[in-house]
Amino acid sequence: MERAAIIGVGWYGLRPTTPEVSFREMVFEAATRAYEDAGIDPRQDVDAFLSAQEDFWEGIAIADEFAPEPLGGVLRPTVTVAGDGLQALANAVMLVQTGFFDIVVVEAHGKPSDIASLGEIYEFALDPIHHRPVKPAHPLFMMAFDAQAYMMRTGADPSHLALVAAENRARGLRNPRASYAAKISVDEVLEAETIMDPLTRYDIAGYVDAAIVLVVARESVAKKLSDKPVFIDGIGYATETGTGTLEWHSWGRMPSMRVAAMTAYAQAGIGDPLSSTDFAEVEDRASHYQLIALEELGLAPEDQAHKLYERGEYELDGYYPVNPSGGSLAMGVALEATGLVRLLEAVLQLRGEAGGHQLDGVERAIVASWRGPPTTTSMVAVLSGPEMGF
Amino acid sequence: MSGESGKPKTPLPGTYLKRDEYMKLPGLIKYKPVARYLFSAGQAQSRFLHGLKEGKILGVMCPSCGRVYVPPRAYCEYCHTPTSEWVELPGTGTIHTAVVSYIATDRSRLEEPEIVGVIRLDAPGYKEDQYEFAGLFHKICGVTPEQVMDGSAIGMRVKPRWKPAEERTGSVTDIECFEPVEG
Repeated sequence: MERAAIIGVGWYGLRPTTPEVSFREMVFEAATRAYEDAGIDPRQDVDAFLSAQEDFWEGIAIADEFAPEPLGGVLRPTVTVAGDGLQALANAVMLVQTGFFDIVVVEAHGKPSDIASLGEIYEFALDPIHHRPVKPAHPLFMMAFDAQAYMMRTGADPSHLALVAAENRARGLRNPRASYAAKISVDEVLEAETIMDPLTRYDIAGYVDAAIVLVVARESVAKKLSDKPVFIDGIGYATETGTGTLEWHSWGRMPSMRVAAMTAYAQAGIGDPLSSTDFAEVEDRASHYQLIALEELGLAPEDQAHKLYERGEYELDGYYPVNPSGGSLAMGVALEATGLVRLLEAVLQLRGEAGGHQLDGVERAIVASWRGPPTTTSMVAVLSGPEMGF
Repeated sequence: MSGESGKPKTPLPGTYLKRDEYMKLPGLIKYKPVARYLFSAGQAQSRFLHGLKEGKILGVMCPSCGRVYVPPRAYCEYCHTPTSEWVELPGTGTIHTAVVSYIATDRSRLEEPEIVGVIRLDAPGYKEDQYEFAGLFHKICGVTPEQVMDGSAIGMRVKPRWKPAEERTGSVTDIECFEPVEG
C-alpha cells in the first residue's frame, strides 16, 4: 500500500484577531497558498476535499455547506469532519490509500475572534444533566484538574509547569508565526495572576484565528509533482472512555494519546519513538499538557517528564527537541485548526524551511494533538521528510 | 387530546398533568445556550454593505469567467481566483421565485402572511443563465399572496424600497423590500 504525502501547505492568520477577512476569505487565502506550494489547480487536480469544523465555533448550523466554496471544492466530493484537522488528515490518508484518490485537500480553520461568548460555548460542551446545573465559574477548571492530578502523581511542582511556559514562549520569539511569544522568566510565570490554580495566565495558551490547508497525494503521485514531499508514515486517533464525564476520567493522564501513538507507531514500524524520530511538535494549550504528552507518547518514562525537562533534554539543542515552534503557548489555539498548526511546523522543519527555529538535519517527526477536555480525542502522526522517501 | 384548553372536550380517564407540574418532573432539564458572535463580514461583503449604506447595490466580477457576484465574494467559486472589478448595478430586477409564508419560525400562525423571494438583478453586460445570476434574497412587498400563488408575480419587474438615508446602517435591511416598478 502506498503512503500518503503532504505536497503543499498554506496558512493564513495565526493572529489574535483577523478583522480584515471573513472566515471564508481566510480559508481562501490559505488554500491559494497551499495550491501554489503544491503547484496544482484545485478545479482540475483534486479528487476530494475534507474540512474540519464544528458548528458552534462557526456560529452557523450545518456549517458544512460553507466548506467547499473557498477551497475550490464546489460540485466536487467534499466532506466535513467534526473534529481537529489532524482527524481530517487521517481520513484523507485513508482515502488516498484506497487507491481511488490521487490528491485530497485537507482544511481546518478557527476564528475565535468572531465568537463573543467563548466561555459559554465551552460551558455548552459540558454534560447537560450532571455538570451544567452546577454552574462552575469557568470551564477551564478541567485543565486545572489535569494539572493538579499530574503534579500529585509525578511530584512535579508549579515551577516545572512555569518552565515549560517560559521556554515555549521564548522559543516563539524566533518564529514569525508565534503571536504570543514572550521573553519571560520562570519567576514571572509563577508570580503572574492565577487563572485557575495552579495555572497562571502564562501557563494557558491564548487564542488565534487561523486557517491551514494541506495538499495530500498518493506516494507515486507526490514524487512526480513535488521535490519536497513530507510522508505520513503513520497516523492514529482515539477517544477516551466515560464520554462527557468529569468523574470517570483519568485526570493527569491522556490514555487516548497513548492509543493514538501506538496506532501511528505500528503503521510507521517504530518501536522506540525516541531513537526513531528526531523531534516532536505536541499540543500544549496549558503548560502541563506538554509534560503529559511526553509520557503518553513514550518520549519520557512514567512520571519522569518534568525531571528530564528540567535537565534540558527537550531543548532545541537537547537530546530530543520538543516544540521548536514554541507550541500553542507561543502560537495560540486555533480551535479545530490547532493540530494542523503543530503539523505545519513539523512539515516546515522536515523541508528545512522553518527559518529562525530550524533544527539541523531532522528527518522524522512526531506530531500530537488533542481536543477536549474532558473526554479527550487525541491524534498522533509520524512524518518523514523528503530524503527519507527514496 | 390537546386544543386551546389543554383538555379534551370529552375527558378521558386518567390523571391530567398541568404544564408546570410536567416541567417539574425529575428527568427534564431546561437549558438555554448563550451563543453570541461578532462575524467579520470580510473584504467583499464589507464593501457591499458600505454600498448599501449609500443606496447602491454593488457586485464584483471574476476576471477569469466574467461572472458577477451579488452578494459579492472575494473569490470566484468556479475558478478559485480572486474577484476584482466592482460594478454598480441599477438595482432593478425581476422576481425569479417567491413564496407566501403563513407561519413563523416557531410554527405559530402569522397574522399577515409574508412574501419572500429571490430577485434576479439587472446586470448589464453579464451573460447569466437560468440558475446563475446576480441576485438578492429579500422580502417582497406590494404583491398579493394571490399573485404569488397564481404565478403572475414571477417575472414581475421590481426595484428596491430603500430606507431613508439617515436610517441606513450598512445592512441588507437598508433595503426594506423589493416592490413592483410602477407603470
